Amino acid sequence: MKRYSVFAIAREALRYHQGWEKAWASPAPKSSYDVVIVGAGGHGLATAYYLGKNFGITNVAIIEKGWLGGGNTGRNTTIIRSNYLQDPSAAIYEKARSLYEDLSQDLNYNVMFSPRGLLMLAQTHHEVRGYLRTVHANNLQGVTTEWIGPEKVKELVPIMNIDGPRYPVLGALYQARGGTARHDAVAWGYARACSAMGMDIIQQCEVTGVRSANGVVTGVDTTKGYIGTKKLGIVVAGHSGQVADMAGFRLPVESLALQALVSEPIKPCMDVVVMANTVHGYMSQSDKGEMVIGGGTDGFNNFTQRGSFQHIEETLRALIETFPMISRLKMLRQWGGIVDMTGDRSPIISKTPLGNCFINCGWGTGGFKAIPGSGWAMAELVAKGEPGPLAEEFNMYRFREGRFIDESVAAGVAH
Amino acid sequence: MLILECPYCGVKAEETELAPGGEAHLKRFGPGSPDEDFEAYMFARKNPKGVHFERWRHAYGCGKWFLAARCTATLEVFGTYPAQTTEPPADIVAKIMAKRPDWKGYK
Repeated sequence: MKRYSVFAIAREALRYHQGWEKAWASPAPKSSYDVVIVGAGGHGLATAYYLGKNFGITNVAIIEKGWLGGGNTGRNTTIIRSNYLQDPSAAIYEKARSLYEDLSQDLNYNVMFSPRGLLMLAQTHHEVRGYLRTVHANNLQGVTTEWIGPEKVKELVPIMNIDGPRYPVLGALYQARGGTARHDAVAWGYARACSAMGMDIIQQCEVTGVRSANGVVTGVDTTKGYIGTKKLGIVVAGHSGQVADMAGFRLPVESLALQALVSEPIKPCMDVVVMANTVHGYMSQSDKGEMVIGGGTDGFNNFTQRGSFQHIEETLRALIETFPMISRLKMLRQWGGIVDMTGDRSPIISKTPLGNCFINCGWGTGGFKAIPGSGWAMAELVAKGEPGPLAEEFNMYRFREGRFIDESVAAGVAH
Repeated sequence: MLILECPYCGVKAEETELAPGGEAHLKRFGPGSPDEDFEAYMFARKNPKGVHFERWRHAYGCGKWFLAARCTATLEVFGTYPAQTTEPPADIVAKIMAKRPDWKGYK
């Protein structure tokens, strides 16, 4: 891998940019690997990357049914934060956020991490109490967040209407080091680094079956033939239940559609991320100037990657009340992704009934922000066969034992 | 937009009139049940990519709960039926079989 640098740009500028190499190779699958990761989204690629970087395991294939980063990694609203209430969540999301801080240097790929600050608006007295509790919890967890009043909110976001008649802004939970990153670049950066370590990224290769014998996985059947493996990591989002079904176990997840949309680009008007959980919408401005908008999931099981129109309407209605100036913006694009939701709205990073098969799924509506931390924790689980401190609370048997990591109440619905 | 016919009042209701209620025909377990059964009742869901049976409520209509057979991969609706059933009625199953010959059945 040739490193990207200012000298590389200068060198290529002098030779008509003929020397740039492909960011990652696209080899045919080998007959077997030490580790096969199903799913080349952010989480799968990050898992592979930290397997190589932290544990020296590089005989790895990452197989992907579509194209790299084309699932939820390419469909989210790129928000990064770690202001969660429960300790296990705060630990893994803060690990992820701190890895994002120097991910561009680590990967030698600009992921455009922008710690521009993030606000979670409190618009009811109940929410004020909830966020104050979260601020105190965060301070104990070592996650820097603060409570700010409505005047400070207005100062940070002048375009916001803080005294709407129905839901006035009563304050906000502010994480100054939260922000956004370029979602595609995260997938591409990890992919390039994995490829440079000699890992095989195999796109357009759908898993059709999981073969096992005596309680251990021996390999996977794919649309490009059988691939043997010593260990299998399932790192899939919307279709996690389907892959688990092939492996012979059931997950406590349901797949729902989550939509997002962007407006036409406008001049810079908002340099923080704003989430409003009571009215249910969140918005940030991309570097291109588009307002990036997200809302809640649809209520019913859905695998079609398209959602219901009234949810977009609901989200926009809420945001227009909070940001009156966006009422005349044209919305350019709208899309949906399929998210796998668990009962407590926290992810699963877990051993499975199959001895050498591990699963990472259930990130629901908030996986993007967790990519580096999730990959870090999953790599440890796959390499050692046992979860480390970041992952152990997230095992899938918590639903049987009643040890929920309940973020559905703590974080509101939006992740 | 999803349109379901309410089996009670006969109204062809569109989504905004309805409230989704998750998977239908769950076997309920109460206090004293083994952990596995309780977990299965509370959290394990079939979540199929294909034929799915679900609970819906005609929230902004007659207010009653009913059940629907629907395809999660195409959003096609096979039919709706009253909630007072323990498994999908034969006519709905026949309708699904006709449209999805490779469907493995309700169990």
